Amino acid sequence: MPLVTTDATAALGGPSWLVDRRAEAAEALDALGLPSSREEVWRYSPIDDLEIERYVRGAKMGRAIVPPALIAGAGSVLEIDADGGIGSAVAPSGVSISALSAHPEGAQLLGAATSPADPIVALSTATTPDGVVIDVEKGAMLAEPIVIVRNVANGVSSGRTIVRLAEGAIATVLEVHIGGEGDSLSLPVAELFVGDAANLRYGSVQLLGRAAWHLATINAIVGRDATVSQLTAGLGGQYDRVRTDTVLAGQGASSVLRSTYLGDGDQVHDLRTMQDHVAPKTISDLLCKGAVADTARSVYTGLIRMRHGAVRSNANQSNHNLVLSETAHADSVPNLDISENDVRCSHASTVGPIDEDQRFYLESRGIDRPSAERLLVRGFFADLLERSDIGPAGPVISADIEHRLAGLEVR
Amino acid sequence: MAEHVFVVSGLRAEVAGREVLTGVDLEIRSGEVHVIMGPNGSGKSTLAHALMGRPGYEITSGSIILDGVELVGAPTADRARAGLFLALQQPIEVPGVHLKDAMESAGIPAGEVTQRLATEAAEVGLRPELLDRPLNVDLSGGEAKRNEVVQLATLRPAIAILDEIDSGLDVDALGAVSRRVERATKEWGLGVLAITHFNRLLDELRADKIHVLVGGRIVETGGPEMASRLEETGYAQFTA
Repeated sequence: MPLVTTDATAALGGPSWLVDRRAEAAEALDALGLPSSREEVWRYSPIDDLEIERYVRGAKMGRAIVPPALIAGAGSVLEIDADGGIGSAVAPSGVSISALSAHPEGAQLLGAATSPADPIVALSTATTPDGVVIDVEKGAMLAEPIVIVRNVANGVSSGRTIVRLAEGAIATVLEVHIGGEGDSLSLPVAELFVGDAANLRYGSVQLLGRAAWHLATINAIVGRDATVSQLTAGLGGQYDRVRTDTVLAGQGASSVLRSTYLGDGDQVHDLRTMQDHVAPKTISDLLCKGAVADTARSVYTGLIRMRHGAVRSNANQSNHNLVLSETAHADSVPNLDISENDVRCSHASTVGPIDEDQRFYLESRGIDRPSAERLLVRGFFADLLERSDIGPAGPVISADIEHRLAGLEVR
Repeated sequence: MAEHVFVVSGLRAEVAGREVLTGVDLEIRSGEVHVIMGPNGSGKSTLAHALMGRPGYEITSGSIILDGVELVGAPTADRARAGLFLALQQPIEVPGVHLKDAMESAGIPAGEVTQRLATEAAEVGLRPELLDRPLNVDLSGGEAKRNEVVQLATLRPAIAILDEIDSGLDVDALGAVSRRVERATKEWGLGVLAITHFNRLLDELRADKIHVLVGGRIVETGGPEMASRLEETGYAQFTA
């Protein structure tokens, strides 16, 4: 019995190329099989518990409430339900927003940044009803962010976001995943193409319900002298996973990635990153700071890959984990794979409770221990968010963290 | 002006199982400036940390009484609220926690924090933009010391322990910091326990009493005139 049937992929409709691509993805998935925690990129994860038969296809649900802070100041807001329809979005000047199914280059764009060997991407492609393509014209400079609100339904939601910046364009795209209050499997894939000398800021904020599984893939390809700055936040969900792969394809390309998560209850937050340096003089800087409380767990594994020819490139990778209870746990595994001599790489990783010296310092000013600890935990996240500027992402993330920390008993 | 009395008696303390303080006795009243000098390893910094209750500095006997209240065994925050302040030799970086928020959490009314910090920063020559930094993050040694004094003057404690406040400060900065501390002794009757290696602090800060700490206890106490004697003879006379 195939994991996703031909009938199911056809029933999603759309142009024949899209129906074919879903069927191909379903076949690929059968050949690949579902992932297993025995694989390095799934190590420590609960992926073995995934039963895709359990999830029905995304049914339309009442919409979750969109945090008002998200919408304020947005240049354009797209609310997308599990059926993938983008409605009648108004694109800012210099931008075209279209359904993947209707895009003249849709067939070429779909999957152009993703790995054919990734079963979760295959599952997402096989089950996607449609995607959205955001094209930003050459030299266009968008002052205001484009906000995509993904309403996650019960069952499978396989949203696809394709962002393409032409040469010299500047844009901010923020994707927020909300809803997923029932038994939801959210499988979003974002493919980001950053043209030469373009500058893309992209944020992905996950605020789903506590039963949802969210397995996100974000792949970026960065051109010559171009920059991608990303921020990901895993806040909701039962199992929350983000895989970001950034390919620095053009000389002088640079990537900044900021990631955060906060786990409480029995949440699992899982972040996998790849900083893939292909071209010379490329730069990547990754900072990930997350905290776990109660019996929550987190996993970070990251790879810096310096390919042959990536001369005079520079990569940094830091992962810091705050463990707020005796029963919470964090795994952190930074990795380097270097095939070029003339490069600089650094990585750092910490896992531990609140810093005793920092706490003493605050206490010595007359701040009682619980207040000092709250300040330190908030400061831990504020430190990350202060180093990132992706439209309204920062305020939305800190509001959620603030709200949850208020109810958390810090050890 | 309230009159405060800070009395340390028979204080013994261990660090990592080794006894460092072997019975310290001190009495400091509002408005007084006491300076503790002594050779390396005599227990000066241990005394500062033990008084404030820093983890790792275990008091094995003795008492620390401020205005009749026993502070041994009290949490650090309670000691601070009772009126004790420690300016650290190496102020600790606290990423993401801003000075203003820390002062508010320490009880300074939200509407007053910004102005009070700005005023005090000007007093000690701390560039005002540094007040917006997370605590001590990316501050030079001298800036961090001035920042400690800004916090001291904002919080207005009864007794301030200054652990090597002079290290990392140039002469002008040391002068500004010393003048601020001295003025505080009159302004709200601050009592000061300044710990130092160097006589140069005494050139700037008028001391009422000088204590010599050797081997974890005070071996001699005198007036300001003792400084020049120590300069000539060093501590050898006490360590023999």
